[in-house]
Amino acid sequence: MNLSHEWLARLVPHGKSAEQIRDLLTAHVATVEHFERLRADLAPIVVAQVVASEKIPETRLSFNKVDDGSGTLLEVVCGAPNVVVGAKYPFARSGTTLPGGMKIEKRKIRGFTSNGMLCSADEIALGTDHDGIYTLETDAAPGTPLLDVLPLGDVRLVLDVLPNRSDLLSHIGVARELSALTGAKLAGPPELADLPPVPSPAVTGTQEASAAGLKVRIDDPLDCARYTAAVISGVTVCPSPDWLRAAVESVGGRSINNVVDATNYMLHGFGQPMHAFDKAKLGGGTVMVRRAKAGEKLTTLDGVERALDPDMLVIADAAHATALAGVMGGKASEVTDATTDIVLEVATFNAQRVRATRRKVGLSTDASYRFERGIDDAMVPQALALGAALVALVSGGHVDALIEVGRAPAKRPPVQLRAARVARVLGEAVSRDECAKLLASIGFEVVVDGEALKVTPPSWRHDVSRDVDLIEEIARLRGFDRLPDTLHGARPGTVPDHPLWGAYRRVRDVLVGAGLHEVRPLPFTSGRGERAETVNLMRVQNPLGEDEPFLRASILDTLARRAEYNLNRMQGNVRLFEVGSVFAARPGGTPTEDVRAALLVMGQRRPPHFTEPQPPAFDAWDAKQLAITLAQASYPGSSVTLEPGTGHVLWYIVVRAARVGRVTRVALDAPVWASPAFGVEVTLGEMSNAAVAPSGQHAHGAKKRPSGVAPAVTIGRREPVRYRAIPTMPAAEFDLALLVPDNVPAADVEKLLRSASGELLERCVLFDEFRGAGIPDGTRSLAWRLTFRHPERTLRDKELDGRRALLLKTLESTLGVRPRTA
Amino acid sequence: MTLAEFLAKLSALEGEAPGRIAGTSSLDEWTVLRNALVGRQAGEFTAIMNELGSLPKEERREAGARANAVKVALEDALEVRRAQLTAKAAESGPKLDLTMPARDRWQGTVHPVSMVIDEVVEIFRELGFTIALGPEAEHAWYNFGALNFPADHPAMDLHDTLYLGADQVLRTHTSPVQVRTLQQYPPPVRILAPGNVYRRDFFDPSHAPMFAQIEGLVVDEGISFADLKATLSHFARRYFGPHTKTRFRPSYFPFTEPSAEMDVQCGVCDGEGCAVCKHSGWIEILGSGMVHPAVLEAAGLDSEKYTGWAFGMGPARTAISRHAIPDIRILYDSDVRFLEQFGR
Repeated sequence: MNLSHEWLARLVPHGKSAEQIRDLLTAHVATVEHFERLRADLAPIVVAQVVASEKIPETRLSFNKVDDGSGTLLEVVCGAPNVVVGAKYPFARSGTTLPGGMKIEKRKIRGFTSNGMLCSADEIALGTDHDGIYTLETDAAPGTPLLDVLPLGDVRLVLDVLPNRSDLLSHIGVARELSALTGAKLAGPPELADLPPVPSPAVTGTQEASAAGLKVRIDDPLDCARYTAAVISGVTVCPSPDWLRAAVESVGGRSINNVVDATNYMLHGFGQPMHAFDKAKLGGGTVMVRRAKAGEKLTTLDGVERALDPDMLVIADAAHATALAGVMGGKASEVTDATTDIVLEVATFNAQRVRATRRKVGLSTDASYRFERGIDDAMVPQALALGAALVALVSGGHVDALIEVGRAPAKRPPVQLRAARVARVLGEAVSRDECAKLLASIGFEVVVDGEALKVTPPSWRHDVSRDVDLIEEIARLRGFDRLPDTLHGARPGTVPDHPLWGAYRRVRDVLVGAGLHEVRPLPFTSGRGERAETVNLMRVQNPLGEDEPFLRASILDTLARRAEYNLNRMQGNVRLFEVGSVFAARPGGTPTEDVRAALLVMGQRRPPHFTEPQPPAFDAWDAKQLAITLAQASYPGSSVTLEPGTGHVLWYIVVRAARVGRVTRVALDAPVWASPAFGVEVTLGEMSNAAVAPSGQHAHGAKKRPSGVAPAVTIGRREPVRYRAIPTMPAAEFDLALLVPDNVPAADVEKLLRSASGELLERCVLFDEFRGAGIPDGTRSLAWRLTFRHPERTLRDKELDGRRALLLKTLESTLGVRPRTA
Repeated sequence: MTLAEFLAKLSALEGEAPGRIAGTSSLDEWTVLRNALVGRQAGEFTAIMNELGSLPKEERREAGARANAVKVALEDALEVRRAQLTAKAAESGPKLDLTMPARDRWQGTVHPVSMVIDEVVEIFRELGFTIALGPEAEHAWYNFGALNFPADHPAMDLHDTLYLGADQVLRTHTSPVQVRTLQQYPPPVRILAPGNVYRRDFFDPSHAPMFAQIEGLVVDEGISFADLKATLSHFARRYFGPHTKTRFRPSYFPFTEPSAEMDVQCGVCDGEGCAVCKHSGWIEILGSGMVHPAVLEAAGLDSEKYTGWAFGMGPARTAISRHAIPDIRILYDSDVRFLEQFGR
C-alpha cells in the first residue's frame, strides 16, 4: 500500500516527521517496507537571487551575477528572456545533476564563464513550461534548498499490509491508527471542505430501485449484499485540478481524467472501490448485478476480450455485461471526453465471489484486492455520497439521485475479553480499563461487563473474532518492545528426538569424514532416470515445469543429475551425498515418503600428491566400503551384509534380513574423460503422512511411536563392547595361494577357511588376486593370509603344518579348490 | 660336542663378531649380519645354541650361562652399531625437503544451510528443545486447515502451493509438524522442527521452489508472549553476539495471535542503515507468535489451559548473507567448486 505522508497529515494532523510516522507504523501497525522522498532529485537545487544582469551583445544570452548564499557572487550565463534583477530562481550549481540526467559543469560561453544554471520549470521536471526560467515567489534567503520552498517534499511510505488488515489499504485506515498512536484527532481533509450538496435521503429498495432515469437491481443477493449508485449529470470530463492530480500521483498512480481520478482518490483515501459508467452507454438505463451467462463476453477496460462463465459476477445493463463486478469495468461503458452523464457505483461484493472471478480471468486490480480482503461495508452509502459530491465538484456536474439497493451489514457479534486472559497471554497484567481505552482508541465499541469487557469490532475490521485477536491489538498498541521478556525456567518436554534426525547426523558425520560433500538440491525429476523406479512416480499436479513434473523416487537420480552438472563444467572429481525424502504414488491414496541417504562418487580416490601424481579412480571396492560405512551409520548395532546384485546393481545392502539399499554403477550422460560413477542408497525409514488423530483430537493415550516414522528395519540396540585381553603370545601365520574356479565365489572359500581353521584363527585376509601366466583358464589365483594365536603358548610349526594340510584337503574335497603351487 | 668345544665356538664368535659388526656400512648390511649372527632360523649363535642339548646335563648350566653372556654382548654391539648407522643414514641419505606438502585426503563438507540449522539446533538444545520431523508430502488439513488458514482467503496467496492431489500438498511450511507433535505428545512440548518446504515460486536470485525452514514450538501451562520474546532474544544474542539488539514488529500468520516478526539490529552498520539492511538498520530474522487457540483445539488440546508460542525461520537467508552468496540457486546447483569452499 502506497501512502502519501502529506495525505495522511491532512487526515490526521499529527505534526510528526515522515521518519517518525515510519517508525510508529512499523512498531505498532504494519511494516513500512520502503521510504521514498518523491523529489529527492531536487535536493541539490537551491534558491538563488540575481544581483546584476547584462545582455551579451548579438545573442539572446545574459551575463548575470548570482547570489547562491555561498558568500561569493557567481557569474552565470543564462539564455532565458525573463531574467529580472532582484528576482529569485531555482539554481543548479556546477557539479549538480538535473532530474533529466544533465550534469551542470563550469564552462565558457562566448568568452563568459558560467558557474551554474538558472532553471526553467521544465529543466527541473516541474512542468513543461520552458519559455523562461522559473520565478520563485518566496522570502527564503538565497541558498535555501528548493524543497524547503516549494511544496514538493512529500514522502511515499510503502506499507506491507498483510491479508488480515484490509482496513490499512486506505489513508483513512492508517490515519485512524496514527490518531490512536499520536493522540491527534482525525480531521476532514481541506480538499473536501467545499463539496456541493447531494440529494438526501437516497432512493432505496431491497432488490430494486429506480431514480433519475436509472434502474438498479440485484439478481444475486448472496454475492452482492448492497449496491449503491449515484446519477451525476452534466459533467465535463477533462484533466484533473492540480490537487487531485497530485494526490493520485503521490501514491504512484497516473492521472487519467477528473472523473476517474476522483474514484481513485476515494479508493486510496477511504478504501472504497468505485466505478464510473457512462450512463448513455448503459442499455435500458439499467444496472443489474447478476452472474455471467455461459458464452457471454466482455471487453474490459484494459482492452482484453474475456470469456465469462456463470461462476463470475458481473454488472450488466438490460442486454450485456458491462463490468466484472469488483474487478474491472467494461470498455463499452468507459467514461470518455464525450461523456456527460455518469453512474457512479459503490457496492459490497462477496469476497469469495470476487476472488473466484479475478482468479478465473487472471486479473488482480486495486478494487479486487480490497474486496477479497474485505471493505468497510457499513460505510458504503456515505462513500457514495462523498464520491458523488467529489465527482460533481471536479467535473462541474450535478448529483441527480442516490440509489441504494440491498441491505446494510449486520453488526459484528461482540467478543468477550478478560483481563486475566490478557495477562496470561502477554505475561504482563494490563488493567481492564487500560484494555478498554486502547481498544476504543482504534474504533472498537467497548462495554464493561463485570470483570470482563464486551468488545464489538468496527465495521472496517474483519479479523477480530476471538479474545486473542483483541489481545494482539492491545499488545501492538502498547508496543511489542514494551512487553516483558524475562527468561523463565521450563519443564522438560515429552517429545523424544526423532530417530531419523539421529540417523541423519550419524550418516552425515561418517560421509563428511570420508571426504564427501553434503548437497541439498531440488527433488524434482523428469522421470527418465533410475529405470526400475519410474513406475510409481508421484506427479506434481501443478509442476513448476513440464520438464521435471515428478517427485523423485530415488536420491541417486538427483545426485546423477548433479554429477552431470559438474561434468558439464569440467569437474570430474564428484563426491556428493544427500539425506532426503523420496516419494511414490499410491493408487487412490496419499503418496508414500521414505527418508533415504545416498552418495555418488567418481574421479580420483585421493587428491594428487607428488608421491602419487595420478591417483587411481574410485572403483567398485571403494563403493562397497562406502556402502558398509553408510549402512553401519544408518543401522548401528546391526550387522551389515552386501549381497551381489545383477546388472547395474553391484550389491544389495542387507540388514537383519531386509534389503535396505543398494550399490550401483550410475549411468551418466558423461564425457569420455570421466571416470565411472558409483552410487549407494540406503533407506533410513518411512516418514508416514498418516493422520496422527482426527481433527480436534489427540492420541496421547495411544502407544508411543515417534510421529509418523517406521524405520525400514528395527534399529538394533548396540551391545556394549566386552574387553578382550591383549595377546601376550606371538602369532603365527601362513599364506594359502589357491586356484579358485571362476564359479566358486571367494566368499565361499573364505567361509570354509574360517570354519575349518579352528578357534585359534585370529585373522583371515584375502590379499591377492592373480590371473594369467601359469593359471588355468576359468580359474584365478586367490591368496589368503591366515593368522593364528594361542592365548597361552607359542604355536609350533608342526601345529601350523597340520592345519594347513587339513585346510587344503577340505578345500579340495568341498569346493574343488587346490593350492596354486601343488 | 664337548663343553670345551662348545665354549671355544662361543669364544670364536665373540672374538670375531665385533669386527664384523663394525664393518657393516648400511642398515641393510646390518640386518643381513644380524640375521647371520643371531637370527632365529640360520644365525651362527643359534646354531651353537642348538648344540647345547648334546652336552651332558651337568655341563649345560655353565654352557648356558656363558652362551647368554655372549648373546648379550652380541646384541649390545649390534644395537650400538644400528644406532650409529641410523644416525649416519639420517645425515647422508637423500634429504627430505620438509617444505613439500603433506599427503592429502579429500575434505568432506557440510552444506552451508545445514551448518546454520546445526547452530540453531545447538542453541535451542541448550534450552531443552528436542527435534521433531514430519512428512514433506502432507495432507492439506495439516498444512492449512489445522493451522487456522481461512478457506479460499488471500492468506493462501502467500503460500503458492504445489499440489499432489485434491487433499495432498507439498508442505508450504514446517508448521504442520506443530499439529502432528501436539496430537502425538502431551504438553509440555518444546520442539524444533527443521525440514524442507515447497512453494510454487520459480527460481530467481532470491527465491527457490524448495527451501529449508526451522520451526520451533513451545506449549505448556503458563507460557506467554514474554517467554517468546525472552527465548528468541536469547537465541539472537547467542547466535549473533551478546550485544545483539532485537525488535518485534506486528505481523500476521493465521496460526499465531499475536504475531510478530523479529529483527536484529544490522551488524554491518550498527543500525545506522546500509545496503545490507536496505537502509532500515534492521535485518528480519524470523516470524513468531503465540500459538492460535484454534491450532491447539485442532490438536485436541484445551486452549484455556494451555498456551504456547512458535517461530519459523529460513536458514538459507542467513547462509546467503553470512557467506555473501549472490544467488540462491548456487545453494542447489551442487557445484563441487562451491561445496569444497566450506571445508577446513
